[in-house]
Amino acid sequence: MTRARVLIRPKEGILDPQGQAVERALPALGFDGVANVRVGRLVELDVEDASQVPEMCERLLANPLIEDYEILVVEGANAG
Amino acid sequence: MRFGVIRFPGSCDEVDALLACRRFADADLLWHADRDLGGVDAVVIPGGFSYGDYLRAGAIARFSPVLGSVSEFALAGGPVLGICNGFQVLCEAGLLPGALLPNAGLRFVCRQVELEVVNADNPFTRACEDDRTLSIPVKHTTGRYYAPEAALDELEAQGQIVLRYAHGHNPNGSLRDIAGVLNRQKNVMGLMPHPEHAVDPLTGSADGGRLFNSLVAHVSELAAAA
Repeated sequence: MTRARVLIRPKEGILDPQGQAVERALPALGFDGVANVRVGRLVELDVEDASQVPEMCERLLANPLIEDYEILVVEGANAG
Repeated sequence: MRFGVIRFPGSCDEVDALLACRRFADADLLWHADRDLGGVDAVVIPGGFSYGDYLRAGAIARFSPVLGSVSEFALAGGPVLGICNGFQVLCEAGLLPGALLPNAGLRFVCRQVELEVVNADNPFTRACEDDRTLSIPVKHTTGRYYAPEAALDELEAQGQIVLRYAHGHNPNGSLRDIAGVLNRQKNVMGLMPHPEHAVDPLTGSADGGRLFNSLVAHVSELAAAA
C-alpha cells in the first residue's frame, strides 16, 4: 500500500469566508502581520494503486469547479 | 399527474415536499436505493442532509441508485426540481451548472426572502408570468451559488437564471444574486429557497405553490398533446 496525501484548496479568486474568519481572529491573539489565509482540507489514504488517486480527486474527493487539489505520495511510509 | 419525491437517509424536507405536491396532484415517496421511479411524471429532490452531507453537500447522494434513474429521466426530458440539498445534489451530479459554497457570512440563515422570477418561460415558473415576485423562506448554511464568470454570462444569455434574490435579500453571497438555475434544456431546475414551505397562507405565503402548479400545467399540456 502507498500512503497518499491530497491537499484540497478553494480555487484562487473564490471567496473563502472561513479563511477570512481565521485571518481576523489571529490578531486578537497577538499574531500580527498575517494575510491571505485560505482554509482547505487534507485527505490521507492508503491505496494499492496510486495512479488512481487523480481520478478519485476528480470524481469525489474534490469538486474541480471550486477546488484545486494536490497529490503527495508519501515515500517509504509504513502504511500498516 | 404524479410527482415522485426522493427520500435519502438524512433528508428532512421530503414530507413537506410530498404534502405540497399533493395539494396539486398525486405524489409518492421514492427510496434512495430504488432504481425504479415508478412511472412518475416529475421528480422532486428535497432538502436536508443526504447521507449526512459528508465531504461536501450533495457529493455522496449523486452516486445513489435512484440518482442514476433520475439522470436518465432528466436526459429524456423529464422535469426534475431540486430544492436546497436537492439543488446541491443536482450540481454535484452535473445535471445543473455551478456549485453551492458555504454562506459568505458563515452562518445558518433561516428567513423569508423576496425573489424575482427572471424567466417564466419554462416548466417550473410558467405560473409566474403575470406576477414576477415570490416570497419564500430559505434555510441553509451552504447556499452561495458560484460559477466562473464566463459560465455566468452564458447562463444569462441562455435564460438559465430563473430566480434571483430581490435587492437586499441575498442571504448567502450568491454571485449575481442567483437563487435558482435551469439546465440548458430547461427541464431541470434547482433553487435554494423552499417552495414546499410556502404553500399555505397560514405560514405567511402560498407563493411556493406556483412552482408546483407550473409543473402540473406543464405535464398536463404534454399529456394533452400526446
